[in-house]
Amino acid sequence: MHKTLFYDTFVHDYDNEVIELKFSVNHPILFVLVGIIIAVVLGQSVYFLVKAIRRAKELGIQKETIRKTISSSAVFTIAPAVSVLVGVVVLSKALGIALPWLRLSVIGSITYENVAAQNALTAAGLSGSQTITNPSIFVTVLFVMTVGIAAGLVFVPFVTKGIQGGMNKIGMKDKKWGEIFNNAMFLGMISAFLGYVFCDVSDVFHGETKGLIPVLVMLVSAVVMAICGLLSKKLKARWLEDYALPASLVIAMASAIPFTAWLG
Amino acid sequence: MNEKRNLSYMDSVHRTGRIWGIIVGIIILLFPFIVCLIFQTQPDYKVLVKGILATAPMYWAVGIVEIFTYVPMLGAGGTYLSFVTGNISNLKLPCAIDAMERAKVKATSEEGEVISTIAIAVSSIVTTLVIVIGVICIVPLTPVLESDVLKPAFDMILPALFGGLAVVFISKNLKLSIAPIVLMLILFIFVPALNAGTVGIMVPVGVIFTVIVARILYKKGWL
Repeated sequence: MHKTLFYDTFVHDYDNEVIELKFSVNHPILFVLVGIIIAVVLGQSVYFLVKAIRRAKELGIQKETIRKTISSSAVFTIAPAVSVLVGVVVLSKALGIALPWLRLSVIGSITYENVAAQNALTAAGLSGSQTITNPSIFVTVLFVMTVGIAAGLVFVPFVTKGIQGGMNKIGMKDKKWGEIFNNAMFLGMISAFLGYVFCDVSDVFHGETKGLIPVLVMLVSAVVMAICGLLSKKLKARWLEDYALPASLVIAMASAIPFTAWLG
Repeated sequence: MNEKRNLSYMDSVHRTGRIWGIIVGIIILLFPFIVCLIFQTQPDYKVLVKGILATAPMYWAVGIVEIFTYVPMLGAGGTYLSFVTGNISNLKLPCAIDAMERAKVKATSEEGEVISTIAIAVSSIVTTLVIVIGVICIVPLTPVLESDVLKPAFDMILPALFGGLAVVFISKNLKLSIAPIVLMLILFIFVPALNAGTVGIMVPVGVIFTVIVARILYKKGWL
């Protein structure tokens, strides 16, 4: 039998007939399957994007506003998406590239996927730096990562409408309270993350200055955002406001490098 | 007439959102079974139970609370997309909040709904494309992404993100901001168990606390 491109990805018998697929964490079939799932999810995003743009036009939202929403959301996403890519690289050592590619493109956040993979690998007596060679262990890790965070997938299609209905009722009963309620939710979330930034600050009293790095990074981000806001008003440059969040994000992330060299 | 059209758009978002959610959910949940069939293997059930017990109870609890916390903020379309594409608190929600702020639309309005959906859909597409490019170029990119020089930048994404967002929201809601920020600072500084791994649990706590404070301030006429 002529050796084809994917000859080594199969187990063959003495007559060179294919018996089964030879397992590898980077087997081409895994990339094909993952590619299909990601294409479906991409299709969902494109569908909702088109639907929302159409509705935005019907509602009389200016084309310029829609265009700016698209461009600044795209620019804003690049830096966090690259950090997600770092997660793919980290997990690829044990799991190959296909599985982390799927898990981090769909559903998972890097914090969860790493924890779930580590839990499964530890239970199997492996470390995160050893490539899995046993297909049984690979599918075990895959099941743990899939089942562990499936709550959103299972419940969201069935409860979203009810929760939204409840929110609309609040807004309809008292419009002002509806707005305050929403702002309060955003602020509650932001305050939790601001608190998290300070979680290692008390280490300073034990001589550890590392805990100050996130605080300084957050301050840089806040200052850049404030400067962008002020400049956009003074110079009447709306574009500055449009890209203020991506700018504050990237400049603050870059500032982490000298801060870590200094305090880390 | 306008209200009828609004309702029909929202109904259509919910209907299609459900259909997409169920299809994508089934595909994702089937994936491990298909891999088992292809490689003619089964999970190691002992390891599976151990792994699931170590992961699922906490993440299912957090996941359920997250649904109730994030759905009102993300809007309908944004919710159906975000819970499939993930990275909600560190990407999709900040992206949607920023887009609604810049477009000067209220999250509770239909304008807010469509702007949030556009922002989240674009963010999901860009994330997918960045990862695809990264996966294709993973060999040359790995040393760059794992370099010791860049690592601190990627580790600090949350402080870098929420510093900017905080300025926008605190400046607009100064009175309402004080109590939740003070509470969270006290909790995170003085409770050692609260850290990067547990911040997700504290989001609903922060949200519920802030809504209660907002209600009290509103009733007293201070907002």
